[in-house]
Amino acid sequence: MKGTNYLTETRGLKSWLFTLDHKRIGVMYFWSIMTAFFLGGVFAMLVRIELLTPGRTIMSAEAYNRMFTLHGAVMVFLVLIPSIAATLGNFVLPLMLGAKDVAFPRLNLASYWVYVTGALFALYSMLAGGIDTGWTFYTPYSTSTGGAVTAMVLAAFILGFSTIFTGINFIATIHKLRAPGLTWFKMPLFVWGMYATSIIQVLATPILGITLILLLMERLFQIGIFDARLGGDPLLFQHFFWFYSHPVVYIMILPGMAIMSEVIPVFSRKTIFGYKAIAFSSIAIAVVGFFVWGHHMFVSGQSPLAGAIFSFLTFLVAIPSAVKVFNWLATMYKGSISLEAPMLYAISFLLLFAIGGLTGLFLGSIATDVHLHDTYFVVAHFHFVMFGGTVIAFLAGIHYWWPKMFGRMYSEKWARVSAVLVFVGFNLTFIPQFIMGSRGMPRRYYNYLPQFQPMHVASTIGSWVLGLGFLIMAGYLFASLRKPYDAPANPWGGATLEWETASPPITHNFETTPAISHGPYDYAALRSDA
Amino acid sequence: MSRTAGEPFLQHHFATPEQQFEAGKIGMWLFLVTEILLFGGLFVGYGLMRSRNPAAFSEAHHHLDRILGLLNTVVLLVSSFTMVMAVHAARTDRRKRLIAFLALTLVFAGVFLGIKYIEYSHKFHEGLLPGKFYSHKGDTVPGQFQFFSFYFMMTGLHGIHILGGMGAILWVLRRSVQGHFSSRYYTPVDLVGLYWHLVDLIWIYLFPLLYLIR
Amino acid sequence: MNWLRSLLLPAQGSAYAGEYDTLFLFITLLSAFFFLLIAATAGWFVWRYRRAREQAPTSMVTQSLALELTWTLIPLAIVMGIFFWSLKQYVGASVAPGDAMEIQVTAKKWLWAFEYQNGTRTVNEVHIPVGKPVKFVMSSEDVIHSFFVPSMRLKQDVLPNRYTELWFTPATTGMHTLLCAEYCGRSHSDMLGKIWVDDDATFQKWLEEGDESTRTMPLKELGKMLYESRGCSTCHSIDGTRGDGPSLKNVFAHDIKLADGKTVIADANYIRESILQPQAKIVLGYEPIMPTFQGLLREREILALIEFIRSLN
Repeated sequence: MKGTNYLTETRGLKSWLFTLDHKRIGVMYFWSIMTAFFLGGVFAMLVRIELLTPGRTIMSAEAYNRMFTLHGAVMVFLVLIPSIAATLGNFVLPLMLGAKDVAFPRLNLASYWVYVTGALFALYSMLAGGIDTGWTFYTPYSTSTGGAVTAMVLAAFILGFSTIFTGINFIATIHKLRAPGLTWFKMPLFVWGMYATSIIQVLATPILGITLILLLMERLFQIGIFDARLGGDPLLFQHFFWFYSHPVVYIMILPGMAIMSEVIPVFSRKTIFGYKAIAFSSIAIAVVGFFVWGHHMFVSGQSPLAGAIFSFLTFLVAIPSAVKVFNWLATMYKGSISLEAPMLYAISFLLLFAIGGLTGLFLGSIATDVHLHDTYFVVAHFHFVMFGGTVIAFLAGIHYWWPKMFGRMYSEKWARVSAVLVFVGFNLTFIPQFIMGSRGMPRRYYNYLPQFQPMHVASTIGSWVLGLGFLIMAGYLFASLRKPYDAPANPWGGATLEWETASPPITHNFETTPAISHGPYDYAALRSDA
Repeated sequence: MSRTAGEPFLQHHFATPEQQFEAGKIGMWLFLVTEILLFGGLFVGYGLMRSRNPAAFSEAHHHLDRILGLLNTVVLLVSSFTMVMAVHAARTDRRKRLIAFLALTLVFAGVFLGIKYIEYSHKFHEGLLPGKFYSHKGDTVPGQFQFFSFYFMMTGLHGIHILGGMGAILWVLRRSVQGHFSSRYYTPVDLVGLYWHLVDLIWIYLFPLLYLIR
Repeated sequence: MNWLRSLLLPAQGSAYAGEYDTLFLFITLLSAFFFLLIAATAGWFVWRYRRAREQAPTSMVTQSLALELTWTLIPLAIVMGIFFWSLKQYVGASVAPGDAMEIQVTAKKWLWAFEYQNGTRTVNEVHIPVGKPVKFVMSSEDVIHSFFVPSMRLKQDVLPNRYTELWFTPATTGMHTLLCAEYCGRSHSDMLGKIWVDDDATFQKWLEEGDESTRTMPLKELGKMLYESRGCSTCHSIDGTRGDGPSLKNVFAHDIKLADGKTVIADANYIRESILQPQAKIVLGYEPIMPTFQGLLREREILALIEFIRSLN
């Protein structure tokens, strides 16, 4: 594309570091989060190499305990929580609404720098030797063990503000910056997904904030809230922690589902099926998701009555997710389906998220959870929903919006190779973990009984296939950036407003506020325009 | 910040000042919700610890000076009133009154902090400190350190928010002196006012919970 | 389905494990069914409706209340069924029978300490009889641990300053592994235990003869250890000082005046009776407050105490 775009209009480091442009902020977030993902991935690979043999393989037990803790902390706090919202949400949301920016551009920039600050605290903690508490920081272990716990807890606390700022920004943007004529039920479902996500970000994150403050106070000053010897209650920590950390998984998955609601209709060239059902399901998940936290605590010493209530609500929250899966399938029915990379990832999502969600049934069911809790079954379950769900959806979104963000097309051939490697590698890594778990292999185990070795070896090999898929992905994506601009404004035939701008867009997004002449999934209208 | 002709402070991505103002209000209310949840978590923790250790909490709270606490409550309520007056002044183009009421609000906030300083000094003297720093002698009921852990966390976190609020009011005061605000644009005054009312409201909950409940 | 069960689950150690496995396999088959349904549907659609040139889709239906209700209510009914089945199983197993044999468990980094009601103490190994319910009453000395017996399909977190319980009735003899299932630091994955389920006779013999020290320590030395560790020393001195109970110095083979006026000789039978039925003969000038040690001391231990008391003359 000729002329200037948001990437080229101003140049120099300062024009990026002090930018108020949501697109540049999204891009900065993207590179930062990819760096964190790489780091967290390296930790994971090291964990899996250690697990090739029972007993010591390449590191001591203390080092291993730090390795899995840091893998979890980096992936949860530095990658998954911000991922889609901060990168694709920031970039695409105003465009989809026909707006010039988010409601509070300076708050947006602040959220990025707060993210960087939190990341630096986390980096400091790692360089100071790391922590071995598990990413869940259960007391009294976390208040009594050594290591740079305070720095990491502060990191998570600071990162929480980044999330809150993003959530506030998106809600205000969606309420106030829609182009004239863009009513709530004409918005793309991606926006509904981001709206539901933002509600959780605003309501849940402060609870993490206070939990971490209390944890620090306990660790540093023995205030007596979580330590049984001082009259406190370790279970109280778990309640506080999971009250946030369960809704946080919906912060992770709702944006992923939001991407699915965009990619699947476009690549089926058919209007999304059940628009309102999907929109309301997003809100339902956000709301009910606040009431199920005790399903992490069925064997904690919590009362059976509480357990029963949490189990019941957990089954309820599963239903809207299932409804969405069925609506996406129905969208494909009698469509015109094309399997470019974004759609390959979308199909992967459907299969992997289905497995993740179905294995959630075992864990929400209180009796079966007793055996499976704290085993590899849980590890496999959450990797299927967080990786097979959120990360795969993120990859779908990256491949979908890459031409818009950077104005270049990547190699479709290598993208397909990579997608297949990621899918195969992922399954090889995590399916054996379900079996190990139900057979009694506990999680966070450095040493293990010899009978589990074959499955551990298979899982590790899977992680290498996964890693290879990602290396190839990095390769062709970087390669695309070295080409001249070659992406058309609308390479996939999308009907949402971002496809009416240039690829990449100009800094102000639209020359004039766009008119809403058709619905977000109205491909027939596009054809008659063409 | 861009200055569109005739519409100073209208940012480029908003179509009208009203749209910008309403967006700002939504943003501030959402932020206030996060503050309520933050303190709410502390209140829940306090409530639970209190129910586990009612004797210690009851005994401990006698060390708090109810008069000073009541005084502080009145001071903050008055400061909320002066804040309301400031917003009204901004909305009705009375710059001098705006500056005066903002300054008054700052004064009352300062008084609040001063009284808190007196209270904290007393606690330090008596060894009535949080967690491992508790060194008060002669306790008949054990475990009172827990109460003071919460006392200092709750009033401390609140105090930090008072300081932040004072900073925000100072910023708005400076901009008032520079003549930025008028009936056409007074958003920052309004939003800082909202924040200040919340800080007052939180104290209104803190005071009975800590000072009054037997 | 046995192949599936043995692929996915460990050996069944109890009847409850069998019930557990039934529910587990049901959910597995249900999940497999729905997964295959989704995968097959997606696969079929991708094939059948693949884009050929720039054709237009052949259906413009974009919503259907009937479909939404169907695929909401059917899954809802299914998960509610699972909920109730699971809850019933869980509640049914949550209360231990009144006659369950109690064993105290203390977890600490990084071992399991067991104590039987008769005083037997073991570390990391425990023997229980087959077919009889056993209840573990557990607490931790430091951080949170978790008592996990895969063959019984049971797990319970072990907390500091609190008791939690776990019970089961083992159905098969042999060794059942115990694992710690709550991350607790460096040697979390080494905190294994062995639960030996024996037939009743073997178990009783093990219980009687006790652990290493009970079986082999010289009697007098064992008696002194028991005097100190089982609470005798709190009421009975060994230097003549009067306590809540009479001093044991110079008691053996001496005359004892009783509260009912009789006089008896403190021989081995008298000592034994005083330990097991302390209310039978009250010494003059003392209150009848001594608790019984019936069931809490083995034969050899009683002998040891007698030897020790004899040595105090």
